[in-house]
Amino acid sequence: MTATTPTDPPATGRERQGEILLEARGISKRFGEVLANDTVSLTLRAGEIHALLGENGAGKSTLVKILYGALEPNGGTLHWQGREVTIASPAEARQLGIGMVFQHFSLFEALTVAENIALALPKGTGMRELSARIREVSRDYGLTLDPEAIVADLPVGIRQRIEIVRCLLQEPRLIIMDEPTSVLTPQEADQLFLTLERLTSEGCAILYISHRLEEVKRICHHATVMRHGKVIAECDPAQETAASLARMMVGSAVHDLDRGPRPEAGAVRLELRGLSAPADGPFSVAIDNVDLKVRGGEIVAIAGIAGNGQGELFNLLSGERLSAPDAVQIDGQSAGRSSITARRRAGAAFVPEERLGHGAVPGLRLSENIVLTRHSTGDGLVRGGFVDRDRAGQLEQRLKNNFDVRMSHDDAEARALSGGNLQKFVIGRELDRRPGVLVVNQPTWGVDAGAAALIRQELIDLSRQGSAVLVISQDLDEIFEIADRIAVISRGRMSDAEPAEAMTRERIGLLMGGMDEGQGGATHAA
Amino acid sequence: MGAFEAILLTVITAATPLLLAAIGELVVERSGVLNLGVEGMMILGAVMGFAAAQATGSPYVGVLCAMLAGMVLALLFGFLTIHLVANQVATGLALTLLGLGLAGMIGEAFVGRPGVKLQAIEIPVLSDLPVVGRALFGQDLVVYVSLALVAAVSYVLFRTRAGLIIRAVGDNHGSAHALGVSVRKVRYLAVLFGGACAGLAGGYLSLAYTPQWVEGMTAGRGWIALALVVFATWRPLRVLAGAYLFGAVGILQFHAQAHGVGVPSQLLAALPYAATIAVLVIISRNRILTRINTPACLGKPFVPDR
Repeated sequence: MTATTPTDPPATGRERQGEILLEARGISKRFGEVLANDTVSLTLRAGEIHALLGENGAGKSTLVKILYGALEPNGGTLHWQGREVTIASPAEARQLGIGMVFQHFSLFEALTVAENIALALPKGTGMRELSARIREVSRDYGLTLDPEAIVADLPVGIRQRIEIVRCLLQEPRLIIMDEPTSVLTPQEADQLFLTLERLTSEGCAILYISHRLEEVKRICHHATVMRHGKVIAECDPAQETAASLARMMVGSAVHDLDRGPRPEAGAVRLELRGLSAPADGPFSVAIDNVDLKVRGGEIVAIAGIAGNGQGELFNLLSGERLSAPDAVQIDGQSAGRSSITARRRAGAAFVPEERLGHGAVPGLRLSENIVLTRHSTGDGLVRGGFVDRDRAGQLEQRLKNNFDVRMSHDDAEARALSGGNLQKFVIGRELDRRPGVLVVNQPTWGVDAGAAALIRQELIDLSRQGSAVLVISQDLDEIFEIADRIAVISRGRMSDAEPAEAMTRERIGLLMGGMDEGQGGATHAA
Repeated sequence: MGAFEAILLTVITAATPLLLAAIGELVVERSGVLNLGVEGMMILGAVMGFAAAQATGSPYVGVLCAMLAGMVLALLFGFLTIHLVANQVATGLALTLLGLGLAGMIGEAFVGRPGVKLQAIEIPVLSDLPVVGRALFGQDLVVYVSLALVAAVSYVLFRTRAGLIIRAVGDNHGSAHALGVSVRKVRYLAVLFGGACAGLAGGYLSLAYTPQWVEGMTAGRGWIALALVVFATWRPLRVLAGAYLFGAVGILQFHAQAHGVGVPSQLLAALPYAATIAVLVIISRNRILTRINTPACLGKPFVPDR
């Protein structure tokens, strides 16, 4: 066996460490024309954290759904503790002892924590008894939870705890975790790693899916790498570098970004002055007195855990919501009460987080989607009220070539594009204008490494040509890669933007948790 | 029988069909299905109940047949929207038209014929109470059933695992499916329950409210029931309050008209609608609670990926 065993585990587990728990042999799954899993084999052992690596679309999710009984394989066999099994439903998977913590939480927002957990357990547990068990398990594993709280009121970090505790209450022997740290602060992630360590020492196996290679190197004992539906490598991540792991995933070297020399600080092109807005719904966040200056030539990034006001801030910047007139300044002009179109005319461009449905209309062709954001920005796309289709088509061709947007047929509908290609299109559509101010929310969310590198390089290039670029992102790696200055948003309040060189992950983590709000300095709250 | 007692009696009679149809639809919508065919299921229940009671002479057979008729239409709706994933709004509207048409056709032979009336069941001792005794405890079986249903639905939805599963399916069918809940089965059962309730509501109209068959005798009550569910923010006790309020204001404005109050009758006739909406909106003004009570998957098609 190639896995390194964890260092002297206490022999408290039901399984002997290293015993094979689940084995998948030659699993295949076909969706129409696409072979999502092509004779995939995987061996999971007790007491091991096993990383499953691969780009979006490599077939990881499909494989995991098959292991969890949510999808039926077209070929291949599954073996649980040496015995061939068919896992026909998630309920059967849970009976065997396979638990899953989902990436997009499978929680019921309208229900309480205890009710959510009760749904996943077999019948016959009284709610009061269950609440007591939840308290007990959550205390034992350091995952504090209030069983009576309604999920809709809880932040994402806590929601993940619910999923984990729900999983633990089923006393699983194998836990599948899909991108568990993508919603956590670095400190919360450390807490999670402690929990995982304790679980493996008890003989539990963990299948760990993550894009964060540093993290995989740190905690995983073994890694399986998938590409285009096939297993292409197995390795001990501790012996690899992040770059060598990335190379295995992508199949070629990922280019380093060329940041070029940092230009002289230019004029302030985007400024927020005490920008505030009340929450506009029960599940939205109030924006509280945000100050920020973004100069021409620089990229400022706003870090933060999802749901801390990023979407609300973006809407105030783009003009989907209005604010006090002076609170938003574009090139020195008050724009707080200007419409989206007026802000675009003033030289700003906006790329929202949700590319399908917000950034692009799913059922419209790309050329029509271009007209939607650029109808009045001097491209001559609309004349006398009529759309100039030829010109829109030419623009679409230009974007397609310049930003490497791939599609099955020419000028496809937005919904027909893959996530990465649509993101290249949505960002390219705005970059192509060479806007003076660009605001992007989650520029590379769910985009594969190649496309992400291209998008990041384009953002850097735009800033170096004198534009002000504001990037809102949850991906700290991305932020450190491209940002000149970094601010952190937490519960609608934003820290001062500080030079990226002066920022550490730890400090960002504290700011994300709402500590050390407001002015700079290392005055940590107790 | 005093005037107050008589009014209370008519209020209960007016409220019961609304309550029955609304409590059924509440369960349907809690499971995430929007069935706009309540009116159609009601009227088919009314005519089938009337016909069965006529044929057998027993109003209770009529009641059972009314429920069965509602369930047959509900099954059709379930097959189209749950199985074939047809659009729920369009299917529900079509169901109403189908129900009205079918009932008109079946009922042609019964127009003007005397019906069989559901007899009151007086509860000993309680029905002798002064003022409220006769009105509250001298009602027919369906009235008691309607009140018991509210209590049962409230208990099951919020205190039992079955209710938890119904609410979970309505809140997030994808997650419920991932947990191994059979979303389709839960929704079929909820839709059938809704059909039985709507059919029963219709049967009450033709067997107790006015024991005869008149074409279009539901007169939009199915739509009012639908509105009640929404304005009551999918809560059983509020549905009860809404239905009785609607019944009460309806009867009061009727008496006001009879006594020649100097307000145009059209305005008076609109009063029950306005009063019910106003009161329910006021008691449901907490947006957070409303959002939590609103089934998030209401009307959304569910296709399991497998």
